[in-house]
Amino acid sequence: MSTLVIRNGHLIDPGAGVDAPKDILCKDNRVVEIAAPGKLKQLNGATDVQSIDAAGLIVAPGLIDIHVHLREPGQGYKETIATGTAAAAAGGFTAVAAMPNTTPVNDTADITRWMQSPERGAQVRVFPIAAATRGSKGETINDFAALKAAGAVAVTDDGHPILKDSIMRETLAAAARVGLSVIQHAEDTRLTQGASMNAGPVAFKLGLRGMPVEAESGIVERDIRLVTELRDARAHLHVAHTSTAAAIAAVRQARRNGLRVTCEVAPHHFLLTDEHVGCYNTHYKMNPPLRSAADRDAMIEAILDGVVDAIATDHAPHAAHEKEVEFERAPNGITGLETALGLCLRYLHGDLKMPLGRVLSLLSAQPAAVLGLKGRGSLAVGSCADAVIFDPKAEWTYRAAEGKSKSKNTPFDGWTMQGKVRWTVAEGRVAYTSLA
Amino acid sequence: MPTSAARRTLHAPELPPSPFPYHPGSLLSINDLSLDALNHVLRRATELTNEDPLARARILPKRRVALLFYESSTRTRTSFELAAKALGCDTTLVSNLSSSIEKGESLKDTGLTIRALGAEAIILRHNASGAPWWLEACTHLPVLNAGDGMHEHPTQGLLDLRTILAHLRPGIAEVGPDTLAGVTVSITGDILHSRVARSNMLLLPRLGARVLLCGPKELLPDLAANVVPGVAIERNFESALKQSQVVMMLRIQAERLAGLQLDLEQYKAAYQLTGDRLRTLAPQAIVMHPGPIIRGLELTAGVADGPQSKILEQVANGVAIRMAVVERALTTSRTGDRA
Ligand SMILES: [Zn+2]
Repeated sequence: MSTLVIRNGHLIDPGAGVDAPKDILCKDNRVVEIAAPGKLKQLNGATDVQSIDAAGLIVAPGLIDIHVHLREPGQGYKETIATGTAAAAAGGFTAVAAMPNTTPVNDTADITRWMQSPERGAQVRVFPIAAATRGSKGETINDFAALKAAGAVAVTDDGHPILKDSIMRETLAAAARVGLSVIQHAEDTRLTQGASMNAGPVAFKLGLRGMPVEAESGIVERDIRLVTELRDARAHLHVAHTSTAAAIAAVRQARRNGLRVTCEVAPHHFLLTDEHVGCYNTHYKMNPPLRSAADRDAMIEAILDGVVDAIATDHAPHAAHEKEVEFERAPNGITGLETALGLCLRYLHGDLKMPLGRVLSLLSAQPAAVLGLKGRGSLAVGSCADAVIFDPKAEWTYRAAEGKSKSKNTPFDGWTMQGKVRWTVAEGRVAYTSLA
Repeated sequence: MPTSAARRTLHAPELPPSPFPYHPGSLLSINDLSLDALNHVLRRATELTNEDPLARARILPKRRVALLFYESSTRTRTSFELAAKALGCDTTLVSNLSSSIEKGESLKDTGLTIRALGAEAIILRHNASGAPWWLEACTHLPVLNAGDGMHEHPTQGLLDLRTILAHLRPGIAEVGPDTLAGVTVSITGDILHSRVARSNMLLLPRLGARVLLCGPKELLPDLAANVVPGVAIERNFESALKQSQVVMMLRIQAERLAGLQLDLEQYKAAYQLTGDRLRTLAPQAIVMHPGPIIRGLELTAGVADGPQSKILEQVANGVAIRMAVVERALTTSRTGDRA
């Protein structure tokens, strides 16, 4: 039995309503006791105790990113489960939900199990999200019960939105029957052919074809209609990487109507705008694209007023040679696991004065709730021993070249970050420390 | 539902200043040229044109200029080639057909190879918007943008300006912010896909001209009017003609329409420049077209060959302008001083 004690830290556990100095005792993979500093009772007599001194630091539930691309199986040159989860640990994440657009697509129980096998060398917990349809082709629905039994926590055809109404309805209904969420990458690809950035004056000036906001909001509105029709089945729709004011408005209204509709926003969508595409820098190319300042402001507004359920990075590593091409030919996506906490603390907490507990909740308790990850997102007694321990005052500069991710495709290289991760404890073991 | 502005402002870092152009001799966008640089190019275009050809060929003897062309082009390629050769340069053409590009070589590797072969400047025509920026970032050589995707064609903007000045401001020694005050230039046709339109939209208002964009919504989205000040949209072609001292017509770019359905008969009825329209609505205006022209589509043969047409003058001005920008590329040192 391994024992870990985190002493003298300030625990912020928004899910459990704790914001106070606490010591935490973990045995194996569980939190067994929380007590005022120096008051742990069950520590007596324990031998072989690993102790972390968190004096002056914040201790919080390990962060959870419900939208990452770990690229395995099949694209190990971009990232592997081992390197992607090492990046996660460095960023304070103790669990990540991995998208199925791998090679082959994760549409079977076998691949779902393969991704969770110890041989992958994951540094933090990987929750596979399985493909909704065979090969993510949007035609034939997969066996959700089998996928769930193998460990899948949701289904999606991320990157390949489910366009056909009938298939999407069937997906929502079938997923609801087995208690899985459906995550939609909302993009009406009929409106985005050949487009490589947000539609608008900037795209016009740069001579690039644009993706209109309606391509996102139209699918979100359609999906919400389907969820309304399936109200009795308690279908759950989660909107991935929401980027437009119109889509947020649709989600807000659906919630008022009592529907099970949740959404996530990525840091780049509340920080950057299409103006950043500037001189065709492919590190500003992702899908959904960076939008107008008005859409960016709507993301901030929605984060502040609670419509947004989770900050998710859409961590999408690509090899240098893939991004070192003409803008229109570059693949979509940027890395995000190592920068999310630093950006959220600097801008949501620092600039926008969002309470620290709420920021941490968007990165842990709420994403855990979105996907129903039991025992995650809180450090209450009985929970998984997943914790991030960080210095909230430390400022540091992110250097992509020094990152743990195999890929360096980020627009945040050289940015000042707030809050340095000192330890990441994943399932009771130290997965990362910046002190060593 | 309308969104309210964020309740508090977020102080994300300002956009970093653009590192482009890395090489001060580059011409990626028409906006790379300050008014001073613009005047220098216009003046050198005239001086080089008037220069004795044998003396001119001794200006840049045996300097190496590569023409890297990913799209077919007659006038731009020939014009650049003649311009560079007129100054004594050695030129070599690398086209996407008949080269390693066909075998999948990246723009970066092609650029580095050309540099290793001794090229001192690269003239790039590419079907992807922004490709010249990437080529310059990879090679740090002076890059002259000879047309990138639907984006820009700066030397076309310059030769169009030289043509306009010759007729509306003959003998002018220097251009400034008011040089074209009171002048309306209409640009009609496929604005959406036109790099010529973009370079002219950026350049002409800087000299005081008013630019009127004209065309159907499919080829001219409303937001085009929000891109730079001094540019407005006039959907009615006849109304645009009435206001214009310069009538610039564009080709319908069938190869870039990407599935757009356009009724050509309707288009001609609304936007074709006919002898009648020109005579009654803009009898004093000059008519310009970047070519290639499609006679009987955007303009009639009579207009193309008529006295108001300056289309062939534009072509001739192309060589003058390109001599000036090639000279600038090869004689501007990395610190920005002209050698
Ligand atoms: Zn996606």
